[in-house]
Amino acid sequence: MLKGLVEQGFEARGGLKRRPSGHIQMTSNSPSMRAVEVSGLTSNRLTHLQALEAESIEILREVAASFERSVMMYSIGKDSSVLLHLARKAFYPSKIPFPLLHIDTTWKFAEMIAFRDRMAEEYGFDLITHTNPDGLRDNINPFDHGSSRYTDIMKTAALRQALTAGAYDAAIGGARRDEEKSRAKERIFSHRNASHAWDPKNQRPELWRVFNTRLNPGESMRVFPLSNWTELDIWTYIYSEGIPIVPLYFAKKRPIVERFGTLIMVDDDRMPLNRDEVPHEELVRFRTLGCYPLTGAMRSSAASLPEIIMEMQASRTSEREGRLIDSDSVGSMEKKKQEGYF
Amino acid sequence: MSLSMATPDTDIDLWLNQQTDKSLLRFLTCGSVDDGKSTLIGRLLYDSQLILDDQLASLKKESRNRTTGDEGIDFSLLVDGLSAEREQGITIDVAYRFFSTDKRKFIVADTPGHEQYTRNMATGASNADLALVLIDARKGVLTQTRRHSFILSLIGVKHVVLVVNKIDLVDYDQAVFDRIVAEYRAFAEPLGFKTLAAVPVSALRGDNMLAQSPRTPWYEGPALVPYLEGIEVSDDRSAQRFRFPVQWVNRPNLDFRGFSGTVAGGSVSVGDDVLVASSRKPAVVKRIVTMTGDLDRAVAGQAVTLVLDREVDISRGDVLSAPGETPEYSNQFQARVVWMSDEPAFPGRSYLLKVGSQVIPATITDLKFKTNVNTLEQTAATKIDLNEVATVTIATDKPIVFDPYTANAATGGFILVDRLTNATLGAGTIEFGLRRAQNLTYQSFDVNRDVRAAQKGQEPRIVWFTGLSGSGKSSIANLIEKRLTAEGKHAYILDGDNVRHGLNKDLGFTEAARIENIRRVAEVAKLMADAGLIVLVSFISPFENERRLAREIAGDVDFVEVYVDTPIEVCEARDPKGLYKRARAGEIKNFTGIDSPFEVPKNAEIVLSGADNEPVELAEQLYDWLTH
Repeated sequence: MLKGLVEQGFEARGGLKRRPSGHIQMTSNSPSMRAVEVSGLTSNRLTHLQALEAESIEILREVAASFERSVMMYSIGKDSSVLLHLARKAFYPSKIPFPLLHIDTTWKFAEMIAFRDRMAEEYGFDLITHTNPDGLRDNINPFDHGSSRYTDIMKTAALRQALTAGAYDAAIGGARRDEEKSRAKERIFSHRNASHAWDPKNQRPELWRVFNTRLNPGESMRVFPLSNWTELDIWTYIYSEGIPIVPLYFAKKRPIVERFGTLIMVDDDRMPLNRDEVPHEELVRFRTLGCYPLTGAMRSSAASLPEIIMEMQASRTSEREGRLIDSDSVGSMEKKKQEGYF
Repeated sequence: MSLSMATPDTDIDLWLNQQTDKSLLRFLTCGSVDDGKSTLIGRLLYDSQLILDDQLASLKKESRNRTTGDEGIDFSLLVDGLSAEREQGITIDVAYRFFSTDKRKFIVADTPGHEQYTRNMATGASNADLALVLIDARKGVLTQTRRHSFILSLIGVKHVVLVVNKIDLVDYDQAVFDRIVAEYRAFAEPLGFKTLAAVPVSALRGDNMLAQSPRTPWYEGPALVPYLEGIEVSDDRSAQRFRFPVQWVNRPNLDFRGFSGTVAGGSVSVGDDVLVASSRKPAVVKRIVTMTGDLDRAVAGQAVTLVLDREVDISRGDVLSAPGETPEYSNQFQARVVWMSDEPAFPGRSYLLKVGSQVIPATITDLKFKTNVNTLEQTAATKIDLNEVATVTIATDKPIVFDPYTANAATGGFILVDRLTNATLGAGTIEFGLRRAQNLTYQSFDVNRDVRAAQKGQEPRIVWFTGLSGSGKSSIANLIEKRLTAEGKHAYILDGDNVRHGLNKDLGFTEAARIENIRRVAEVAKLMADAGLIVLVSFISPFENERRLAREIAGDVDFVEVYVDTPIEVCEARDPKGLYKRARAGEIKNFTGIDSPFEVPKNAEIVLSGADNEPVELAEQLYDWLTH
């Protein structure tokens, strides 16, 4: 039962129900999970997840009410899944009033793309995908051009293109302040100049929940409703709300090659292998998801949410370590953000 | 002992339940770098085992050239986020940190201690339930301790923990601790904190952080972390009066009309009577909608969608309340303001004010006094500079719904935004409303503007000339007045120089004085227009903000902005009064076009090109424009 659940990455309509025995089971028709559901309230005090949920919903509504053309970044990862869930809650019974934008580098895991399309169909949101046409034409890839140039062209530049083309005045992202030191200081409503750049020295003071959403022509806002969530909050919320996530988060035997200590999944035959490299099956899962050649897997047998959370609590490595983008130098994320990286 | 969470090895359900049922405490830390503030937070993260292997490795590497504690780690590196700050060795912004114990999740706002960062501290305090006020045991209560405590009381933080840090450096001396605590208690007495605890700690060495330290046997209170885990701060926003600012009207189809927002105070149940605060229209709550099912009741902090039993005109910015417990509805109130911009605040200048989801033009009408954040002394002032705190009267263009900040922070805290750059310039807390807008009426007379205008056979209006000195404003105004008078119309010229000899002779040339100058002239122009006259105002009026102020004061009087666009070279060559020459010689300061800017009008109704036309031709053009 549990295994089936894992492989499908949760059925959207199913709910998690806790049985007295302490096991977790899927139910196919329960509308919500009363046992652990976040919205229900027994006292006048909100739990920390209820408080975080309400704060995020308020932020999302503020975006919808304040901007002409807003868009939500959809990376397909667990944070995006939570963001999507919160957006559905924020506007229910209305549909999400803005489109979701996915920057497709063409190197995402195939399972991510399948999951993305399934979510769009099930929840009926508007999905916009964009790939940098110049990068596509020049066949920019992480193998021949290096991770830094590849990221610049296929992610940062692609994002700028898509935001400019859509003339979006607000882009919602799933970044959390606990991810990285420079993010710890970024505002929830983070102002961007006409070239999408962030000026950390010149941020608008942000008091209470009175957000200054005003812009001059050409300027835009990046909005981070998950600013105050931690990785553990994300996982416990996914668990208690039964939010569908990409199955890659769960341990499974996958074809792996090991390079410089990083486990890379050979997701398709575009991956150039060295002469002595032979992909071998390993029981692995992913802590974060991105482009498969740049995303390290971890050896793990955690095949359910409780196991993942349990493993995470015991682990001694921070989440972004699996991403090759941050390790260049201290402050590298801050530099990327000033250049327009999300 | 560690404050990390129990590992979920035995009963995963129990453990996950514990995770989902935790409460949340938001607190901020105040104190300077020297007090060891960043070290204290770093220590909390370290002890809660939130410093992971890869972070620890990079931390030890970075600590090499720094002053470190017993563990060979400079804990402050964990929290000083931006590269500029790392280089300068100070914290310049608000950073948010997160840690958890078995009982609580904590969000820490780490704010800088220096006086020039008062605004950042106010920002950090605005979302905090509790504050740690750090004191270096060797130094005792300092000026900055007083400043921080004053800002806490200004923003309404109700719970304070006095952290007497570096107690190891005074040999764990009880007398030192007692003396500091006594002095602080005496000082903080009038600030109105609900709880005030004091703990002797050494953040660097870990004394009284997680557990009572054997090195302070004389201290009988709880260690810092257990105290933070236990303190009850949910001060009962749920016990406040019901407030529901409508954020977004939820209308998926013709059959559903809901009002989405966050309960900002009190609670609401299905069947409750509610009142729209501005229109005072009543309704009954029919449903409380969420995606996971309707609720019977929603309390402060919950984001829900309310459906009412009848069609009531409600839009974003409206506030729902309980009948008999309505918020204030007025266009004037007294408030305390913290200024956050390099550009000072001036009475008379127009800003955008945002409170809840209401956004409206507003003006500081009276600057009562500034409060020195260090001494709490009150002084008279004509402007508010960066990081200063002042008590002011604010008038909004239309009535708004609000509460005194002490009654409800969500409906009583506001920001002021620059109308041109859209920067957040300041923040304020409303003290009380000054008059009820519904009682506010102008004295009305039987003979009104229309009657007087009809008697004169003309349409009253204000023609506002703006342009550099020597651009030809007065010449054109003069020609227009002559022509109108010749036609039997009634006109009058208000000239910048002339007005300064009389009505405005008490005003100098500072920015505050220039704004007041414009305000008075605009008010006089409006009175004259009201008397039925065509008013020709000839004023350099170099700033867009002031021209907009004049236009706003004119209200429903027809306002024509005429920009006499003559290049500075031409004006300087003409120099009819010899002013440019004196300005170039340095005899006149702040002279428009020389050492003070002229902001090109964006909203002028007509632009007259003074470079290649004589005043006679320009007057002709303008006359045609005005009469057709």
